[in-house]
Amino acid sequence: MKTPKELYYTESHEWVKIENGQAIFGITDFAQSELGEVVFVELPEESDEVTKGEEYATIESVKAASDINAPISGVIVEVNQELEDSPELINDDPYENWIVKIEIEDKSEVDDLLSAEDYEKLTK
Amino acid sequence: MFKYLPHTHADIEAMLKKIGVSSIDELFRDVPASLKDFGELDVPSAMSELELMNHMKLLAGMNKPLIPFMGAGAYDHYTPSIINHLINRQEFLTAYTPYQPEVSQGTLQYIFEYQSMITQLTGLEVSNASMYDGATATAEAMFMAHAIRRKQKEILVSETVNPNIMAVLRTYAEPQDIKLTMIDADDGQTSLEDLKRKLSDDVAGVIVQSPNVYGVIEDYEGYSEAIKEKKALFIINQDPSTLSHLKTPGEYGADIAVGEAQSLGVPLSYGGPYIGYMATLKKHMRKMPGRICGVTKDADGKRAYVLTLQAREQHIRREKANSNICSNQSLMALFVTIYMATMGKKGLYEAQQISYNHAHYLHAMLLKLPQFEAAFDRPFFKEFTLKSTIDTDLMNAKLQKHGFLGPLDHGMFDENQKGLVTFAVTEKRTKEEMDALVRILGGL
Repeated sequence: MKTPKELYYTESHEWVKIENGQAIFGITDFAQSELGEVVFVELPEESDEVTKGEEYATIESVKAASDINAPISGVIVEVNQELEDSPELINDDPYENWIVKIEIEDKSEVDDLLSAEDYEKLTK
Repeated sequence: MFKYLPHTHADIEAMLKKIGVSSIDELFRDVPASLKDFGELDVPSAMSELELMNHMKLLAGMNKPLIPFMGAGAYDHYTPSIINHLINRQEFLTAYTPYQPEVSQGTLQYIFEYQSMITQLTGLEVSNASMYDGATATAEAMFMAHAIRRKQKEILVSETVNPNIMAVLRTYAEPQDIKLTMIDADDGQTSLEDLKRKLSDDVAGVIVQSPNVYGVIEDYEGYSEAIKEKKALFIINQDPSTLSHLKTPGEYGADIAVGEAQSLGVPLSYGGPYIGYMATLKKHMRKMPGRICGVTKDADGKRAYVLTLQAREQHIRREKANSNICSNQSLMALFVTIYMATMGKKGLYEAQQISYNHAHYLHAMLLKLPQFEAAFDRPFFKEFTLKSTIDTDLMNAKLQKHGFLGPLDHGMFDENQKGLVTFAVTEKRTKEEMDALVRILGGL
């Protein structure tokens, strides 16, 4: 199971990458392997607001449909439209294939996220 | 043993024994006695088959067949006799919407054909397998708009939408905390200026109807642009039979088209069963209630019909579902499918053209009477609204006496609209019937 060191994580198996003052969201390797083959990602729209801990997307796999929560709050600036036609990219590489990019609302929320070490412990 | 009563006494005994319960009463012992004690039920004693037939004939005889000049959502179009012959086939008539769908290839095939015809008529990309009726389909479209826009809780509805549909929208909106705001009418058509005024960032969707409750053909030029600017959904409720002639919801940039499809071959039947249709764009299909049938190839490469899409929330995560509709109005969808297949593009066009011509003839004849004047200066299809100086109760009572069902009286919805009456005319109305109607009204 891959858990890149430079990312932040949540207990509900999302990852966050901080880049140029923006945050990029995705789901972890653990999450994609638990979900199985992803068949559909219901994406939000650009300029939608997301709230920490609340759902902003839904991932449907052959096994289940799951809400994906926002690790931190902000406004969506970019949506990975590739997932619309190729949702299976999430299985191929869950860290390369992000879901949304957001403008961070409150930088201090990042401090509440889990480190790679903490997250690894959680999924052991 | 009837096939609809599947359990024999022996079956019941065996099941009770298996779960270790001595009797049915013991099985239900958790139900308090006070709830089980109905006392003596006040039901009539049993009838023989002969007595029952006589009783039903007596009741049926009390139905008064009238020649309708009222529409408002239900239209007296001709039902080709082939429909009744095919629809009464046992395989169709008794089959409920299939739960193990792929076994019922015939059912899936006609649903697939129904959907194909609805998308062609509406100019939209996908259609579901049908809905209960036009009013609930409109309410489901409202839920869709809310589900797609998520945070937006306001729906704008044109004042020209049929008040009966409006009542259903209110019923559905209230427990969902959806706020309904009316858009003003301008000479019998949804006002674009008022729509623009009321469009805000809180609006999830806009619902209009064409031809509307007055029969007016609405022109939606510029509506879609204004609505999209606020990212709201544009929902058009349209009598699908008029799409033989009129610009489609797709051409007007609608996100969802809904309506009552009774006008496509389903008889009036004193009010039902009818059938709602719903079509939308591909990008919204995951939020569409009901199911979609598709066509594919089986393992041997042969054509096979399948259930292609059904929102998962209908089976799991039901608290997230935006609809409780999981099936369709299958037999009525078959009615519509056979009707459209029988009529064809040309036949549908002709039937509607004759309806249009008849309505315009009656309109011209009534306007010659001093008792009537035009209510609006707008184009209409097979239904039109006039202002009348005749007391509407008297008008309708008099017409009934002569075997006619008179026009829709708008006073029944709104005191201020007393005297406003809407006539509907189809290809079935003869010149004699229309002339007789004019003669009666001219004498009032």
